[in-house]
Amino acid sequence: MKRIKKALAPIVLSGIAAATSAQAGEVEVLHWWTSGGEAASVAVLKGLLEKEGHTWKDFAVAGGGGESAMTVLKSRAVSGNPPAAAQIKGLDIQEWANLGLLANLDSVAKAGNWDKLLPEVVSNVMKYENHYVAVPVNVHRVNWLWANPDVFRKAGVGIPTTWEEFPAAADAIQKAGFIPLAHGGQAWQDATLFEAIALGMGGSEFYNKAFVKHDADTLKSEKMVKIFETFKSMRKYIDKDAAGRDWNIATSMVINGKAAMQVMGDWAKGEFTAAGKKPGVDYMCLPAPGTSGQFTFNIDSFAMFKLNNDDNVKAQNTMARLIMEPTFQETFNLNKGSIPVRSGMARDKFDSCAEASMDAFNAAASTGDLVPSMAHGMSTTSYIQGAIYDVVTNFFNDDSQSAKEAVNKLAQAVKAAM
Amino acid sequence: MGAHDRPEATAKAKGGLAWLERWLPKMVLAPTFVMMLVFIYGYIIWTAVLSMTNSRFLPSYDFVGLLQFEKLFENDRWLVACTNLGIFGGLFILVCLALGVTLAILLDQKIRQEGAIRTVYLYPMALSFIVTGTAWKWMLNPGLGLEKVVRDLGFESFSFDWIVDPDMAIYTLVIAAVWQSSGFVMAMFLAGLRGIDNSIIQAAQIDGATLPKIYRRIILPSLRPVFFSAFIILSHIAIKSFDLVAAMTGGGPGYSTDLPATFMYAHSFTRSQIGLGAASAMLMLGGVLAILIPYLYSELRGSRNG
Repeated sequence: MKRIKKALAPIVLSGIAAATSAQAGEVEVLHWWTSGGEAASVAVLKGLLEKEGHTWKDFAVAGGGGESAMTVLKSRAVSGNPPAAAQIKGLDIQEWANLGLLANLDSVAKAGNWDKLLPEVVSNVMKYENHYVAVPVNVHRVNWLWANPDVFRKAGVGIPTTWEEFPAAADAIQKAGFIPLAHGGQAWQDATLFEAIALGMGGSEFYNKAFVKHDADTLKSEKMVKIFETFKSMRKYIDKDAAGRDWNIATSMVINGKAAMQVMGDWAKGEFTAAGKKPGVDYMCLPAPGTSGQFTFNIDSFAMFKLNNDDNVKAQNTMARLIMEPTFQETFNLNKGSIPVRSGMARDKFDSCAEASMDAFNAAASTGDLVPSMAHGMSTTSYIQGAIYDVVTNFFNDDSQSAKEAVNKLAQAVKAAM
Repeated sequence: MGAHDRPEATAKAKGGLAWLERWLPKMVLAPTFVMMLVFIYGYIIWTAVLSMTNSRFLPSYDFVGLLQFEKLFENDRWLVACTNLGIFGGLFILVCLALGVTLAILLDQKIRQEGAIRTVYLYPMALSFIVTGTAWKWMLNPGLGLEKVVRDLGFESFSFDWIVDPDMAIYTLVIAAVWQSSGFVMAMFLAGLRGIDNSIIQAAQIDGATLPKIYRRIILPSLRPVFFSAFIILSHIAIKSFDLVAAMTGGGPGYSTDLPATFMYAHSFTRSQIGLGAASAMLMLGGVLAILIPYLYSELRGSRNG
């Protein structure tokens, strides 16, 4: 009898627990943060959610910057069984919302005062027809220049702050026997470099006209030709093994002093940190040449899907609320290397690069220099982005093409993809 | 009464058995048949339908006629992909056939250790294209592989950087693909050579024909069916080539080593242009059919004559 009682006890207890937390729901979360630091960042959110009594069902699809995850998500959504939340960014949020699949988060947003906490450029991306359908998680600054000060010391030059200064510095570095620019020859990395040059030489207004509004005259303008020429001139500062190289391998070339600089988003900081390097001492993080007041953003976000089960909707809303709360914003971004999307956060735990990024973000938000990244799918749909990628990467690798031809091709490709 | 029942029962059982004999194969095959119908032919039809819609993010059914095909032919990247398929497929098939025949003839000279040598040549076929591609990517990388090794040996001016040269990168794919598949072609030809009636060759030898002449006039012509099957297999490997490119060059530098299959994948799944991707898939299907239909035709006609 005693034995039976003992055996029954947990069942009874769990029954009571279930009765008291009848509100508990489940969120299934699709994401592709599977590498070490990323997985740790996701675990933060999972822990917070479970503390509130809900359950977290992990739906991680690894690989390819989310390509495979998106394929899985499409098949789930078409069959009428989408997860509660999925890592969807940029204009893709609008596409999903347009299909009528996303849930309305206005009540959570109002309670959390999101409109006040988020810059308008950011909240616009999260809204569809003026209703919140997604929650931003973090902000990456894309227009960073990572530099190894040791290499610059040996070459006897300063770190270039404009693209006009760049060739002189790069030539000196090359003469000293180093690779001036670490780069990986993949379409998205070519586009990242191209976008930094376009922003640095053209300015924010030009950038927005070209990559957000896709104004044909801007795309074909004389300035764009100059930008393409500068972009092409970077070829001679890159070693010839760059084809197909991953970004983190390029970063490690800067870390171990083989190369002087890399233009890459702030996820590169994770590599420096992992190698035990200190910002300002072992490596420098500076805005990409000519873009000191500007901020190219890449925002990770979770879009919330419409669900039928009321308890699960509650869990989903809790998740949305938690993501915007300071606890999560701080721990998550410390792990991920990015900065919180929420304004007015305590800064003491962040390093100098993150602080510089926060300052630039706040300043740029008020001056209109906060621009969406083309290379990372923030400024345009995936089809126009793809068309730009094709032109940019082809021009960069094809010696026979002139900048004038490339500019015409760009305007044509963007028009065809619209 | 019992005696009366028995023959009836056996007749019934016999009838049941006959029924089972007649229907069992059909019942067993029916599920696979239905699945083939749905998952191969059904999806071909669906793809054909999608290629005529403006589907982008998810399949939609706004029909736009042949617009996607028009867009495809204006697309620089698609033209590059098709040209590349011509270069890659043509060279791959030719070199594989030539190399396969030569190796098979040499191996057919009753040499020692034939089994071991055959295995050495055939072994690459056991690897997947992903592995082949990754290995060759490292070997051909100028700063890591062949070029560096030869330079370290003292030949400073040696240069072999095809894989990073947009004009030459497509040929590196041919090298890797040939390395992988020529052993298989050799095995096919070796089997064909062994199947030739020895008495014909002996008769030719008695007539005073030299060995090269025997090969040219008798043996190679009688290998025609083997040539044909090797060609069919190699050409479909070429058209569906995807993993080799994905592993070795990722379509780069730029998109200079794009093939139709990688183009189709990129557009349907990562660029949300399902309509355009479906159109390119239909053209690939057309390419396969263009090779397959004459083959089937000649096969069927051949069997009627035989």
